[in-house]
Amino acid sequence: MASITRRRFLAGTGVAAGAVAAQGWFPAVLRAQTDPFRIGCPLPLTGPFAALAADMQRGAQLAQDELNAKGGIMGRRVEVLFRDDQLKPAVGAQRTKELIENEKVQFIVGGLAAHVQMAINEQTKKSNVLFISTSQSDEISAKPDTSPITFHEALNPTITSRVMGKWTCDNLGKKWWIIYADYAWGKQNNQVLQETLKANGGTLLGSTPYPLGSAEFSAHLPKIQAAKPDVLMSVTPGADNIAFLKQARSFGMDKTMKLAQPLLWIAYLKEGGPELYQDVHGALNWYWELQDTIPTAKKFVEASMKKFNMPPGDYGAYSYSGVMEVARGVDLAKSTNAEAVANALRKSPTYDHFKGKQWWRACDNKSFQDMWIMKGRGPGKTKGEWGLADIVAKVAADEKYDRTCAEKGHA
Amino acid sequence: MMDFSLAAVLPQIFTGLVLGMIFVLLAIGLSLIFGLMTVVNFSHGALYMLGAYFTVFVLTYTRSFWLALVVAPILVGTLGLLVERFLIRRLYGRHPDDPLLLTFGLSLVLIETAKLIWGKVGLTLDPPRELSGAVNLGFMAFPAYRLFVIGVTVAVLIGLWAFVTRTNVGLIIRAGSRDPLMVRALGINLNRIWLLVFGIGCGLAGLAGALAGPMRGAYAEMGVTVVIESFVVVVVGGMGSLLGAVVAGIMIGQVVGITTFFAPKLAEIMVFVVMAVVLLVRPSGIFGEAGLAE
Repeated sequence: MASITRRRFLAGTGVAAGAVAAQGWFPAVLRAQTDPFRIGCPLPLTGPFAALAADMQRGAQLAQDELNAKGGIMGRRVEVLFRDDQLKPAVGAQRTKELIENEKVQFIVGGLAAHVQMAINEQTKKSNVLFISTSQSDEISAKPDTSPITFHEALNPTITSRVMGKWTCDNLGKKWWIIYADYAWGKQNNQVLQETLKANGGTLLGSTPYPLGSAEFSAHLPKIQAAKPDVLMSVTPGADNIAFLKQARSFGMDKTMKLAQPLLWIAYLKEGGPELYQDVHGALNWYWELQDTIPTAKKFVEASMKKFNMPPGDYGAYSYSGVMEVARGVDLAKSTNAEAVANALRKSPTYDHFKGKQWWRACDNKSFQDMWIMKGRGPGKTKGEWGLADIVAKVAADEKYDRTCAEKGHA
Repeated sequence: MMDFSLAAVLPQIFTGLVLGMIFVLLAIGLSLIFGLMTVVNFSHGALYMLGAYFTVFVLTYTRSFWLALVVAPILVGTLGLLVERFLIRRLYGRHPDDPLLLTFGLSLVLIETAKLIWGKVGLTLDPPRELSGAVNLGFMAFPAYRLFVIGVTVAVLIGLWAFVTRTNVGLIIRAGSRDPLMVRALGINLNRIWLLVFGIGCGLAGLAGALAGPMRGAYAEMGVTVVIESFVVVVVGGMGSLLGAVVAGIMIGQVVGITTFFAPKLAEIMVFVVMAVVLLVRPSGIFGEAGLAE
């Protein structure tokens, strides 16, 4: 120490200061360009929704690859970070917080279960991060839960159940029993289905809640069997859907009533097999065979076949589109600021990433899109490994299917 | 609106009986292990899950459900033997919390391992052709496979009862659960008996999983809630009591079945309400002996 002269000490300090400045200050602009553009994606990768979450993970990865092949977002490589929310709101909130605070993500795309997605939304609102929800929910785009930087890519229970409910009344029967998962998405569907049934002059014989993630439905079934409805409408998401259909069929209920549900999921059609889903009716936001008529669908399916050797599913399409919308928004706004991107998306609301024209409604950032009524093909009628359902009807996007802006609390 | 007649409730009772059978198989294994070894086996739910996965595994390779139904419980039982011999045995004579924590940790390891091997997405399996479809019982159409589950459980219970009451090994098991020290003093190697009992208990969990698989599918977390309900059954029946496990298992199945009929939202909670009430009236369970669990 004693041998260091004052002059040398000063010189050394100067160099050190310069090095610090060089690292932390001057090349900041350079670093910003090489840092990856990170998008957080919380999904229930484990639990009864795992198959759908895996589909969504693949969808987001396809978007990431496609964007990177085109040079990324703002010249930065896109990196989608996946986290397991375990289908629990508290875990979803925690993972989102970590993504924002530790990984510095500026956008969140994801969420699959309605109740978890609400918890994710609370975190993104707090941190001023733009969130594109890919989960079905009525509340996410309504006050008080929504925000100007909360976007909703998926369909919602109101739209799905109004459309599917009306179609079922017209085509399958008007005496219903509803069985629904006792959480946000299930309850919302149950309510809208009941309203739709009533509005179409139908009769509700009964409505039964069951705990989400249940694998045992038998105790619910004798009562429904005895009531003899025309239609058994099941709101049984994820793996519950397979367990439910299996048990309903094992009780011989498929012989005495029609099986319908507001939504079908290709991932579960594949897992459950054609016998299980034969003649089960339900709506879909997208189906890969649409590639025959929709150019963007064809491009999307081809990319998926190339990378994963399977077509994308309905929920994978949502996450794909969500990530693509982040890119489009940032590109339009020339900024990563949440408000600026949100404004840009509202200003240019129309897009088409995988299914034809979609648009954001300005009042509630809700995406409006076509949907399709489907029917399980049954054994012997499937086409290849994934051609599992027939398109029965197309329902064109229309804002009238959702609640109005005023009904959702937007003045 | 609500139909309270026997014709309406009878199908419900019948459905609840099948739920009860799965509870009985799980609880009897738990109770057997606890009664003799005072080990609270928290990995029981994970072993139930393995029973279902092993059934899928054997089924895929042999195409025979009947073979799978025999082999899967044996595989799970063998795993139980290894767990007792190499893990639990080290903890005898220590605080009862130690094996509890060990088996809890083991259950986490098994669940994660199952996810690594078979994936996070569950697998489905179907009942064999002979048992698919429903049988008309007169008052309702009932799945043939569920009738089969009742039959298998009853047969296993009769076999187990005969084993425990009519064989020399059964005699030692009963004596060992009363007073292990005295049995040892008579020159009997209890270590081998404990090994056997743990293996049988785990095998029963495997059988429950193998039977449940075609009804509920196989997935990594399938044992998580079931094990809690099975503990409720054991506590209600009396820790260590085999008769208690059977009676309480059927009772809890009925409670779930009947509550689902009248108030589906309360079905899950009622299981715990029953436990609370039983514990208030008989703190050691319906057939429990005071002091065993302390």
